[in-house]
Amino acid sequence: MLRLKLQQSSLISRDLLVPIVSVLLALLVGAIFILIVGENPLHAYKVLFLESFGSIRSIATTLQRATPLIFTGLAVAFAFRCGLFNIGAEGQLYVGAMAAAIVGITFTGLPKIIHLPMAIIAGMVAGGLWAAVPGLLKAKLGVHEVINTIMMNFIAFYLTDFLVTGPFHGGRWAPETDRIMPTAVLERLFVPTRLNTGIILAVVAIILVYIILWKTRTGYEIRAVGFNPTAAEYGGISVSKNIVLAMVLSGALASLAGVEQILGVHGRFIQRFSPDLGFMGIAVALLGKNHPVGVFFAAVLFGALRTGAAAMDRLTDVPRELVVIIQALIIMFVAADELTRRLIARRRKA
Amino acid sequence: MDNILEMKNITKNFPGVVANDDISLDIRKGEIHALVGENGSGKSTLMNILYGLYDADSGEVFLNKKKVDITDPRTAINLGLGMVFQHFMLVDTLTVAENVILGSEPARMHFINYKKAVDDVARLAKEYGLRVEPRSKVADISVGQQQRVEILKALYRQAEVLILDEPTAVLTPQETEELFQVMNNLKKQGTTIIFITHKIKEVLAISDRVSVLRRGKLVGTKNTKETNHPELAEMMVGREVLLRVEKTPAQPGKTVASIININVRDRVGTHKVKDVSLDIMSGEVLGIAGVEGNGQQELIEAITGLNRAESGEVLLHGKPIHKLPPMPIKKRGVGYIPEDRHKRGLILEYSVADNMILGLHSQAPFVEKFLFRNEKAIQENAQKLVEEYDVRPPNIKQLVQTLSGGNQQKVIVAREFSRNPEFLVCSQPTRGLDIGAIEFIHKEIIRQRDNGAAVILVSAELDEILSLSDRVAVMYNGEVSAVLPVEKTDERQLGYLMLGGDAQKAEGDVEIETAAE
Repeated sequence: MLRLKLQQSSLISRDLLVPIVSVLLALLVGAIFILIVGENPLHAYKVLFLESFGSIRSIATTLQRATPLIFTGLAVAFAFRCGLFNIGAEGQLYVGAMAAAIVGITFTGLPKIIHLPMAIIAGMVAGGLWAAVPGLLKAKLGVHEVINTIMMNFIAFYLTDFLVTGPFHGGRWAPETDRIMPTAVLERLFVPTRLNTGIILAVVAIILVYIILWKTRTGYEIRAVGFNPTAAEYGGISVSKNIVLAMVLSGALASLAGVEQILGVHGRFIQRFSPDLGFMGIAVALLGKNHPVGVFFAAVLFGALRTGAAAMDRLTDVPRELVVIIQALIIMFVAADELTRRLIARRRKA
Repeated sequence: MDNILEMKNITKNFPGVVANDDISLDIRKGEIHALVGENGSGKSTLMNILYGLYDADSGEVFLNKKKVDITDPRTAINLGLGMVFQHFMLVDTLTVAENVILGSEPARMHFINYKKAVDDVARLAKEYGLRVEPRSKVADISVGQQQRVEILKALYRQAEVLILDEPTAVLTPQETEELFQVMNNLKKQGTTIIFITHKIKEVLAISDRVSVLRRGKLVGTKNTKETNHPELAEMMVGREVLLRVEKTPAQPGKTVASIININVRDRVGTHKVKDVSLDIMSGEVLGIAGVEGNGQQELIEAITGLNRAESGEVLLHGKPIHKLPPMPIKKRGVGYIPEDRHKRGLILEYSVADNMILGLHSQAPFVEKFLFRNEKAIQENAQKLVEEYDVRPPNIKQLVQTLSGGNQQKVIVAREFSRNPEFLVCSQPTRGLDIGAIEFIHKEIIRQRDNGAAVILVSAELDEILSLSDRVAVMYNGEVSAVLPVEKTDERQLGYLMLGGDAQKAEGDVEIETAAE
């Protein structure tokens, strides 16, 4: 019991320590793979680092890759604070993306100040409603949200498949919609990179999530339900209301990843455009310890790995898939945080 | 008599605390040696050192005059030490016999001889009078029986010294009686027992000698026959303790709450509360005595809105509240100390300050503009309550899970009592707490009563019921079998009623108002 107390007192540093050590361990194990390929790990990592952080342009690219991951990471983290495991960020971002695209294409002649927010809000509403379904099923019938969020993913994939090849199929041959109106575009911030004003939205989202969770009554209730639903109930907090609310907000956050991709990067809805951004969000939330600020850094790290991968592939013998291995290793070490912690403790003793 | 076990100058430091400070303890062969002290006094640490779970910083242990070095529980077991922990270490899905042999299975070539296991366990159980069926699944037997399985486990490993860590904390009064019989049987057969507790009554009832620890130090060892309750209490707490709550006779005012023909069924349809009617007056404590599981919790949850009654009414100042959710019930002036502070009463991962507003978090002054937390008000509130109710350590930012049980309970008491509720529902308010904290909470309950609150007190401890209540209702099998003025009843009569005794035939020449009136 007293040992537990000791850990408590150093809680903050421990929360930081495990993710950082996990990343370092993952890079270390990754180095073994690089050696097997016959390259110098230091050289490969140098290339990786320079490509993702070496210049303003590469930093911009890294941030652009990080933007959707911030949204999906926040989404997963937010639901988790209410004790919910939202595996449905991928589906929520697809319906959000589609709703934003439809608004972006259909309305013409609106001023930007109206059209852009309209498209964004349409996406958030769609994503939020999509997530409300598993939320309601959990709250009212006790059906586990993991099952339903996964199921809703498939419905979202095929629904958007249908919409993009059917009613909203654009003029070109490819399975994509027409371009959205310029009035619904998230402006590029640093041409030629595709970094756009979505990153500003992401930062705002981080701040808002932080405020909601720790500075409002709503956050108090949501976290109370996440920690101890029976005590929350005793405190007069409606468990079912907060489950639904947390899912809706989580879905809205996830949808913003899709919205950013459509309005800021692709300029149109493309069938199955997402490289598993929603699922990556789970890893980002895990690495970021479900804290908005942690999510930001985790998303930037994952964005950087992706950005650097191509250069590493081009300039060394190390294939870009190494980055995927490193990501997987990070997740493993964070998930096995007891193991990682023991490794840290042993280090300290020695 | 010879000493079977000697612990010499044991010292153990944890960061910031000296858990054991130069403790020397002798245990005689074949005695029941009680080890008492308040929570955090170092009893468990000392025994964990003995059992090899902790390493002492300094000090020595001698077993049968030989110095031993107990580095882990396996060594302890091999040396003939057995320990029964407060939280049982049993596999629910296995049978009693399978649990007993776990780790030392009678096996040949990896095939376990189950028949031998069952026979061995049955023989052992009979020898020591530990009634338990070897073939039952552990999940299906009562807590008292599970404890016997733990004792059997130790005996099966040929324990000569048995350490029981607060064994009575989880038992009903009847089960405690049975445990004491078992302990006496073991003693007769030559087993030495170290009995950890913080209940002085139990020490006096069962032990031969008693050692008292306070803040990591041994205060003294006494022959039980030569000491008494007040002396031990003072040794434990370090000052004179009020064993009985001082209170003036109740001044009951008008009826605050009426419970009218409440019926509650649980999810599977079992009739848990049957037609219970009670009136609680302002300025009185109505005790509800009963063996746990006789419908008390269900009744309380129906009153506080956590559960719906199937039929019946709860009136507060004549207005129905039984259809309301918990929040509005609270707002109407009902305070509630829940039975299980970890499950219901606290959010362990929240700070003291955040727990101090649980249930009030949506009201002024703790929120502004319906949404934003008012940190200043939250902290001022917590600071004030921490001082007023002496929560230690007085750090409002500390997570509640790091507080001791007594201080956790003080957080709940502070939160509920500081609103000056008109109707106060206290369920097992002092369970698992040490004397100091119990004394404090009892005083606070009486203070609330004297301020005019109507109080319901549910407790499995008859002492608590008798010392705090003005009237006592006994619940048995979902029914209130009797309501008695406290001065006209006693422990024996209540014990009889709690076990389903007939109210009319209850001993003692008393008038009995039955609940049906």
